[in-house]
Amino acid sequence: MSPATLAPREAKQYKPEIPPDWCPGCGDFGVLTVLQRAVAELGIPNEELMIVSGIGCSSNLPGFFKSYGMHSLHGRSLPVATGAKMANHEMTVIACGGDGDGYGIGQGHFIHSMRRNVNMTYIVMDNEIYGLTTGQTSPTSEPGMKTKSTPFGNPEGQLNPMALALAAGCGFVARGFSGDINHLKSLYTQAIQYPGFALIDVFSPCVTFNKQNTFGWFKERVYKLEEAGHDASDWNAGMSRAKEWGAKIPIGLIYKNPNPKPSIDAEDPALQGKGLAKNQKLGLTNEQRKKLIEEYI
Amino acid sequence: MANEIIVGIGGAAGDGGASTGDNLSQSCARSGLNVYNYTSYQSLIRGGHSWIRLRISDAKVTNIGDQVSAMIALNQDSMDRHLPELKAGGICVYNGDKVKPGKAPEGVQLCPLPVFELAGKDALPIMQNTVALGALTRLIGLDFSALSSVFEHTFKKKPQVVEANITAAKAGFDFADKQYKPHATVLKKGGPKLAMVHGNNILAMGAANAGCTVYCAYPMSPATGILHWMASHGRDLGICVRQVEDEIGVANMTIGAGQMGVRAMCATSGGGFALMTEAIGMAGIMEIPVVMINVMRGGPSTGLPTKQEQGDLNQAIGASQGDFPRIIIAPLSIADCYTTMEESFNLADKYQCPVLVLSDLLMSEGHGTVEPAFLDRAFKIDRGEMIFEDNGKGESYYRYKNTPSGISPRVIPGTPNHLYVSATDEHDEDGVTISDVYTDPVIRKMMVDKRSRKMENVTKDFAPLKIEGDANADTVLVTYGSTWGVTSEAVERLNKEGIKVGHLSIKYLIPFQEKEVVALLKNKKKIIVVEMNKAGQFARHLRAETGITAHANIRKYDGEPFEPKHVVASVKEVLQGKDLIEVLSTESGWRTPHPPGPGVLSTGSVH
Repeated sequence: MSPATLAPREAKQYKPEIPPDWCPGCGDFGVLTVLQRAVAELGIPNEELMIVSGIGCSSNLPGFFKSYGMHSLHGRSLPVATGAKMANHEMTVIACGGDGDGYGIGQGHFIHSMRRNVNMTYIVMDNEIYGLTTGQTSPTSEPGMKTKSTPFGNPEGQLNPMALALAAGCGFVARGFSGDINHLKSLYTQAIQYPGFALIDVFSPCVTFNKQNTFGWFKERVYKLEEAGHDASDWNAGMSRAKEWGAKIPIGLIYKNPNPKPSIDAEDPALQGKGLAKNQKLGLTNEQRKKLIEEYI
Repeated sequence: MANEIIVGIGGAAGDGGASTGDNLSQSCARSGLNVYNYTSYQSLIRGGHSWIRLRISDAKVTNIGDQVSAMIALNQDSMDRHLPELKAGGICVYNGDKVKPGKAPEGVQLCPLPVFELAGKDALPIMQNTVALGALTRLIGLDFSALSSVFEHTFKKKPQVVEANITAAKAGFDFADKQYKPHATVLKKGGPKLAMVHGNNILAMGAANAGCTVYCAYPMSPATGILHWMASHGRDLGICVRQVEDEIGVANMTIGAGQMGVRAMCATSGGGFALMTEAIGMAGIMEIPVVMINVMRGGPSTGLPTKQEQGDLNQAIGASQGDFPRIIIAPLSIADCYTTMEESFNLADKYQCPVLVLSDLLMSEGHGTVEPAFLDRAFKIDRGEMIFEDNGKGESYYRYKNTPSGISPRVIPGTPNHLYVSATDEHDEDGVTISDVYTDPVIRKMMVDKRSRKMENVTKDFAPLKIEGDANADTVLVTYGSTWGVTSEAVERLNKEGIKVGHLSIKYLIPFQEKEVVALLKNKKKIIVVEMNKAGQFARHLRAETGITAHANIRKYDGEPFEPKHVVASVKEVLQGKDLIEVLSTESGWRTPHPPGPGVLSTGSVH
């Protein structure tokens, strides 16, 4: 189903009775609210949406969203979501989680999912810290940052997920900020409509454990690529923006492949009709079985 | 007495021995003869030594047998290693232009072939195999037409290749006819054509026949054959096949697919299975049906990638943290792999849990004959309590409803008005996690009880157990999985010799048919467990589940399969008072020369 053809809905239709239990002021509230607005704008029916998360504060998101969901294992949202998409490619699949989940323990799946190019959206709530385990260094923590596991300062380098995504062949690479929700909503709708793997890294500050990369810290630094004359169809220009970190940090669409290659689910011969999961007539036909047996005689 | 011959084909990896073996197997199967084919090989792509052992018989064969009597030596190394082990009345066929004969055991006929002369000087080196196969065909009494029809079938798109092979094979056949005496036994023509199948192929085809439509894997010997089958057939059969970056991804992808309502499967060997273990617990707590195959090989760690062992039972039983329902099944034979797939997918759907299938290298990479009619059967498909459509009644739906059976009706995602989130965190009936609340002992206990209740009736779906061989004998051999084949033959021989023994073969490991096993074993005087690992993992499992301690154990963990003679001799030793026999294969063909030094301390029994 193409989300573009559906009538818009109201965001409250995606709000369940369970309220989020994140810390007051957590960046993830913005990520959730904006996602509800974005899918409402696209008019995606609740039952046509599968949200898959890993483990961590941000991975609680599917529980606060009225849709089908899987709150899977730490670092494994992408393979689980990929399996879901293959089993029912007619559904809109969104994977989400934190920076530790996606760029730490789930790093291998992150790279290969982009290379694999499944038609799904991946939202990383990036707070540069491990929150649910009460504040340890993450792959996106800045060098020198003091955390509970690096009391003398983070001795390791900082991962650049945007540059990595570009290098891994991701066709849609964007960065958002939970403190700028209208801008973020536009990234979500574009990502969901993109016919391939779309990554949005969202700065989603941890108000409890990251005293360094706060809302204020990001507000001072972020600037919108849409207002900076950036050509998002130019991979090299995207790479050069992706490298920016420090006094100025770009948010917005870093790269969108102007000629997206077909996603694997679009090309897989097994996924051309209705979703595999809807097939209730299982097993080989007599003809198929006889043909296979011929191979062994 | 069965009319049978055990053939060995030796060469280096890359010499084409495997296809020579396949051609011979096919040609026998087409003549209606039963075959069991096992290759002992090294973990390398070119060179080394590879030994293909085919047991051909007019009766059903369940194992590799005891002693080779006919061989093709494709290189000098094979001649040197295996000639001494040939049985009297046997033959050794080889390229006389290339290979020097060794000293043949008494009664063994050396059959050099002038390959240059027979195949022509311009023939490809591989033609020596075809000439030798033609000669062997003659000497063991097979019809040439069966062999030529195999070439026609294999190379049907390349008529010139068919012709070249038939000409070379016929030259070998005719030469042997004129020059050499036939093998002491000659094969008589069998019944109708049989199908020749690998365990891995039959696991894959069985999965397809059971309606598996998503298959994920990372290549790992000896499970890779399943991936190859799926990759080459998936397109025609509507199966989505993915090679994933690692086994963690494989397991999670398979489970993600299973959640959506497809029948999904993955396969690996012990090391890959270790990576899958966390995800198995996810399938447990989220109650997602999924079938996972572990084709066991020699462990631990990288261990022996190309060798046989049954050492992953502990791993399968202990895979993943916490308590959750799982079903573990070890098929008994190549043919049983097919039926096991039918059962596994039905059990997974019915009980909404992971089903772990323990195959092993001997069964998965070994191949044997089955009757085509056995394969040509639509499987029974029971999806359990599954809901595909909204009934429009607007009733509230709880994915993890606490039911008397513990089984909660499962709505597939995509269905309107039944939204739910499945979590790896403990959750309530509605799927809402309870991990974030202060504490909830009532719901926690209820959900653990609900899930474990699902296992209470599973054994009713299993085939009942019985003692094969002499059911009244005081001595009983107990095995699990693929050791069934060799042990049942050993039991038959022992009974023929007047040594009364029974055989209890276990296929379903978890849940265990405890009451049945206790009833069958409680009055036995000598319980002997036969298994392929050092620690006695199955003997321990038997004890844990039933309180029955085996009186004696026969184990093998040297990498090569049990032969019937090993089991027969070991049982005799046990009956003379030994309680632990650790068998070692010692024939010249199984040996590797060791450099001078501290030497190899002899351990265990030598048979």
